[in-house]
Amino acid sequence: MSVILILIPLSLVVAALFLGAFIWAVRGGQYEDTCTPSMRVLADDGTVDVKAAKAMDFENNNGRSR
Amino acid sequence: MEAAADITTASGFIDQKQAIACFHCGTACVPGRHLKAGREFCCAGCQTVFELLSDAGLDRYYEIGDGVRARIDAGTGTENFRFLDNPEVRARFVDFDDGQTTRVTFRLPNIHCLACVWLLENLFRLMPGVGKSTVHFPRKQAVITFDPKTVRLSDVAALLDSLGYPPELKLSDLEKPPVSPITRRMWLQTGVAGFAFGNTMLFSISIYLGLDSFSGPAFLQLFGILSLILSIPVMTISAREYWVASWRALKHRQIPIEVPIAFGIVAIWGQSAWEVLSGTGEGYFDSLAGLLFFLNIGRIFQQKTFDRLAFDRDYRSFFPLSVMRRQGDREERVALAQVAVGDRLTIRHGELVPADACLVSGAGVIDYSFVTGEAEPVSRSLGEILHAGGRQLGGAIEVETVKAVNQGYLTDLWNQDAFRKTKDDTFGTLTNVYSRRFTWIILGVAVASALGWMPFDPSRGLKAFVSVLIVACPCALALAAPFTLGSAQRVLARRRIFLRNPEVIETLAKVDAVVFDKTGTLTSTGTGDVHWIGLLGTELDETEAAAVRAVAVQSSHPLARRVADALGLRSLARVEVKDFREVTGCGVEGVANGVRVRLGSAAWLRQEGVGVPEVTIRGSRVAVALGVLFRGDFAVGAEVRPEADRMLREMGGRYALALLSGDNERERERFTELFGAGARLHFNQSPLHKLGFIRDLQSTGRRVLMAGDGLNDAGALRQADVGVAVAEDVASFSPASDVILQAGEVPRLGAVLDFSGRVVRVVRISFLVSTAYNLVGLAIAASGRLSPIVCAVLMPLSSVSVVLVACGLTEWVARRAGVTGEQTNPTAVESVPTEDK
Repeated sequence: MSVILILIPLSLVVAALFLGAFIWAVRGGQYEDTCTPSMRVLADDGTVDVKAAKAMDFENNNGRSR
Repeated sequence: MEAAADITTASGFIDQKQAIACFHCGTACVPGRHLKAGREFCCAGCQTVFELLSDAGLDRYYEIGDGVRARIDAGTGTENFRFLDNPEVRARFVDFDDGQTTRVTFRLPNIHCLACVWLLENLFRLMPGVGKSTVHFPRKQAVITFDPKTVRLSDVAALLDSLGYPPELKLSDLEKPPVSPITRRMWLQTGVAGFAFGNTMLFSISIYLGLDSFSGPAFLQLFGILSLILSIPVMTISAREYWVASWRALKHRQIPIEVPIAFGIVAIWGQSAWEVLSGTGEGYFDSLAGLLFFLNIGRIFQQKTFDRLAFDRDYRSFFPLSVMRRQGDREERVALAQVAVGDRLTIRHGELVPADACLVSGAGVIDYSFVTGEAEPVSRSLGEILHAGGRQLGGAIEVETVKAVNQGYLTDLWNQDAFRKTKDDTFGTLTNVYSRRFTWIILGVAVASALGWMPFDPSRGLKAFVSVLIVACPCALALAAPFTLGSAQRVLARRRIFLRNPEVIETLAKVDAVVFDKTGTLTSTGTGDVHWIGLLGTELDETEAAAVRAVAVQSSHPLARRVADALGLRSLARVEVKDFREVTGCGVEGVANGVRVRLGSAAWLRQEGVGVPEVTIRGSRVAVALGVLFRGDFAVGAEVRPEADRMLREMGGRYALALLSGDNERERERFTELFGAGARLHFNQSPLHKLGFIRDLQSTGRRVLMAGDGLNDAGALRQADVGVAVAEDVASFSPASDVILQAGEVPRLGAVLDFSGRVVRVVRISFLVSTAYNLVGLAIAASGRLSPIVCAVLMPLSSVSVVLVACGLTEWVARRAGVTGEQTNPTAVESVPTEDK
């Protein structure tokens, strides 16, 4: 039964990780809009160049845009 | 939208048989005029958008979504948004700017489907320098990041406009309320409680199942301490609102529901901590965490609001952000805030007069229906004062401002007392009335059971005292009202009746006087009926109708428009009009099908030498002469909404009814008939009269519901116990109110009141159910036999069953009261604001 002394802290750590992920998601605003993402996924045809969009955003952030 | 309708009527001579739908917007158009890639377009604007999108590889826009696209109103260029680049305006408009990246949030009312989201989030492919854009669909907002060195704010706005998503730029946008972090906090509090609930439950279950019997009491102690540690974030984070609310309530000497809950939480935690630390037991930490988990879910459920709707709008949300200012020969679009007294402004068809101003040139036909309630537009001649808030119809006019924007006739209303008080009467809610009695009873029982045991077994007496507080913790009671009222709010929202918050239901149930506005509320504007009353009862034949319509359609006067629309139902045949002439304030004339058609006021036709008989006509009269002979009249009436008469009859017996109209008395008889003899009808009411009337009614002890649509009702809506704003499009501007009602649902108001009464009864039933649980718990607790496992079973059982009873009964009474079912107005589905938390 002494294995439980390891398992309990482990389970608590795992649960705490999930709590952390939840807090991160809430802080990141994922619960602000639960409607648009469900539409976005339907419109996504895979041809949208995500990298290009990110690069553009990155460029903007660094002031090196075209 | 209005502009789109313009073009349609202006080029409205399309024979529908040959017409073909525009590939972009679906408007009927002449084939071959705008052709690109084998597709037909109605106008250059639509064609340009198509080219723009296909060049950028965004053709997919036409494949997804519901296929509804706005007609592109060509002609609004970047120039019109230039005022956004003014540093002062810009600084207040953008959310974030560090010189490298600028982030701005635009409200785009045209967002309505999947394709909109997709296109707007691919904006970066259309304009270099634009970065990420994110759409918030329920709020119809787009957050756009761009590089301020390559792209100006006005360019972004112009791009959106050219795509058919003109940003809504209102005066109120300059004062952005900070985004409230309350919802985030609620989610976090719920999450923490859920986390603690789950983990504590694991420990508790093993204890309940008898773990200690084969592992020794050391585990019991360990589990207890771990649970105690887990309970600390619950007490500090998840229960925070209860400490805050109780503290505030005690300062005000009130006992809202939060107080007994806080008592209960403290009792549970104190007892459990003592048991664990002294090694006498395992405590009730699982019940504690579960309790707060459920309570927080209840709060999230109740807190539901409708993002797209604003219940606190004032005149600033009604006014545009910019106006066209004229300086010498130059016209320039400037922010309204920059307009000074004495500036010359150009106001086009459909635009608002932003400040009290003097008409300098052009024919002023001003629609004040929203501001004063007058049903028909009024003509103003040069030199007359135009009050702020009127909407110009017809051609462009030029005005000179005589008062600053924030000092006009309209804004005076907002300085009234009614706008200073905030409606906060949560202390009077059912839950809190009940909890006040409840708290005293519980304290009484706790003390009595403690005293009862004291002589025989002092330790048991203490335990009984604490147990009573633990068991009586009114968790289920606290959940009853949020879930009942919350689901009632959702039921109504399905019928396009939106409540500011769930508590409005309770106030609705207490209403005993109902006051209506006339124009726009009981009567519908614009869609009113048009009747032909021919000379000697003759009908217009096809050619005559086509000729009259051809002339009427040339005019922008609202009456002519309605005549044209009504005739348009009969024929859309193409008729050419020669020698068209419009006499402001009198009528229009033109030659069509070889006949000289004149339509306008009877007085004008008489002046022109036509023998027009004297007749009384319900509504506004448009007399028609063909050649030199009088042909007949159109009676254009503001129509009373269908079923409104039935609703008024049904309400007559139960509520004191009244009508307040800004319009004149000409329809008094008709409304006396509708309202019945007992009702009070007042015409020619100013906004202040309306407010005063409501106040007087309240001083006689009445609970007043006011239903109105315009700015002239704003004071009355605010003063009334329940203000119901009636809006043709719920997403557009409506004055501050408690309820926003889609105009077509006005005749349902009686059913809504009935429903509210039933819902309050459901709340009471849910209270009884939760009280029954409390009594069972109390019986156990008072005998001093409460154990953690009883508590752990009783608590979730009572909560869940109360929630089920509350939601189930609400759906049932909704069906009984007739507020469920299909929407009555299928055309309005498109603009349904999506619910959001």
